[in-house]
Amino acid sequence: MAEFFQLYVAPVAWIIGGILAITVPLLLGVAYLTFAERKVIGWIQLRRGPNVVGPFGLLQPIADGLKLFLKETVIPASANRIVFVLAPMITFILALIAWAVIPFGEGLVLADINVGVLYLFAISSLGVYGIIMAGWASNSKYAFLGALRSAAQMVSYEVSIGFVIITVLLAVGSLNLSDIVMAQNGGILHWHFLPLLPMFIVFFISALAETNRAPFDLPEAEAELVSGYNVEYSSMTFAMFFLGEYANMILMSGMTVVLFLGGWLPPFDMHPFTIIPGPIWFVLKIMAVLFLFLWVRATFPRYRYDQLMRLGWKVFLPLSLVFVVLTAGFLLVFDLLPVAGGGK
Amino acid sequence: MSIFDRAARGFLLVELVAGMWLTFKSMFKPKHTINYPYEKGPLSPRFRGEHALRRYPNGEERCIACKLCEAVCPAQAITIEAEPRADGSRRTTRYDIDMTKCIYCGFCQEACPVDAIVEGPNYEFSKETREELFYNKGKLLRNGERWESELANNIDLDAPYR
Repeated sequence: MAEFFQLYVAPVAWIIGGILAITVPLLLGVAYLTFAERKVIGWIQLRRGPNVVGPFGLLQPIADGLKLFLKETVIPASANRIVFVLAPMITFILALIAWAVIPFGEGLVLADINVGVLYLFAISSLGVYGIIMAGWASNSKYAFLGALRSAAQMVSYEVSIGFVIITVLLAVGSLNLSDIVMAQNGGILHWHFLPLLPMFIVFFISALAETNRAPFDLPEAEAELVSGYNVEYSSMTFAMFFLGEYANMILMSGMTVVLFLGGWLPPFDMHPFTIIPGPIWFVLKIMAVLFLFLWVRATFPRYRYDQLMRLGWKVFLPLSLVFVVLTAGFLLVFDLLPVAGGGK
Repeated sequence: MSIFDRAARGFLLVELVAGMWLTFKSMFKPKHTINYPYEKGPLSPRFRGEHALRRYPNGEERCIACKLCEAVCPAQAITIEAEPRADGSRRTTRYDIDMTKCIYCGFCQEACPVDAIVEGPNYEFSKETREELFYNKGKLLRNGERWESELANNIDLDAPYR
């Protein structure tokens, strides 16, 4: 019995505790991300943003969530019921499980697998399925068009994201996310965003497109598609799409931080900065990138569909491809290729 | 602009960064919106809001049931019935306004020879049912009592222009 406990119960309890320790703050973060979005966009547009529910409007996301929770789930008569209900769950679950490999600090990671980057890439690619299923199962032309656009967009930008990740991998020599972070040890000058600046920008813009954020939010272009793939969704099914989308945003910011902004490492390897624990630095950096997401949304108008495709295939793809070759050549010529197992 | 110049500007995202700097600066500017339920914008004395029936200072109803407002009302929202009172003066027995029909044109207060029916400064009278918006004489007179000081003030302010 004791052996059973030691072999099965304790590890499972430990893992479940870890999952809760990640998902609960993550969902709270998602809730307050929606709040922050409304506030930041309000400020930029010279408005106040929500400020009535609770002090400074801080209870607004809770009121919004409660409202969605209490609404009726409408399933259209001509929809495919099973796929219709399954689609938001897939989006939501995929947005959460990707967090398993994100390192929050030294050793603070749920699954420290050695192909972490590939896992992240695979999960974010799978995200398209939730949207396609939603668009198809809704049996509505707007939802279908939105889903088609979304799928085409996500697939196009995944290609350049892939090449950007390859440049980082060339510089690090490991697919493990903790190794990638540790390769950037030693202050802000060692972070990847400086030597790989063009790739950092390409990655960030592709991340905007990948998460269907403005200025690439064509799948949900209110003006022409009413709301894209989630028109027919209501109540908790809609809430799951919403949560999934925002969790994906946080995830892409997390990926940006891990790949380019030194993960949990402090910006200066000096005394007052090193006291603050890694996870706090990590969260601060994610918040900074998220602010950039919101800032970009408040600044730029929506792209036209052909411009979007042109940017993805005719600008980012060649650019990232050239940069992969350049990085590889540079590392080879100056004999800087990283040795296996991480570190330079 | 030469092609190199344009390419350089494109690759360095000059325009995009300039735009983002502009929006960043505007984050710290004073807000244009007012904090509505706690803070309200100014209203003209001519503002045409919720209706009220006024009384003379001695408490007598102003309305003499001439039915000019009923006749002029383009939405036909007003219904009046009248009878001579015990003292022989003519007064309304019924004065209803269907606020769901009313288009707030202000013709009723223009038509009124005794300044009895007026549109006041109150615009916060949304209700949850239609029935609550079918105003009768009692409701209109209560509005008149509630808003009398503002109504009298607005009429005084607007008098020089009439």
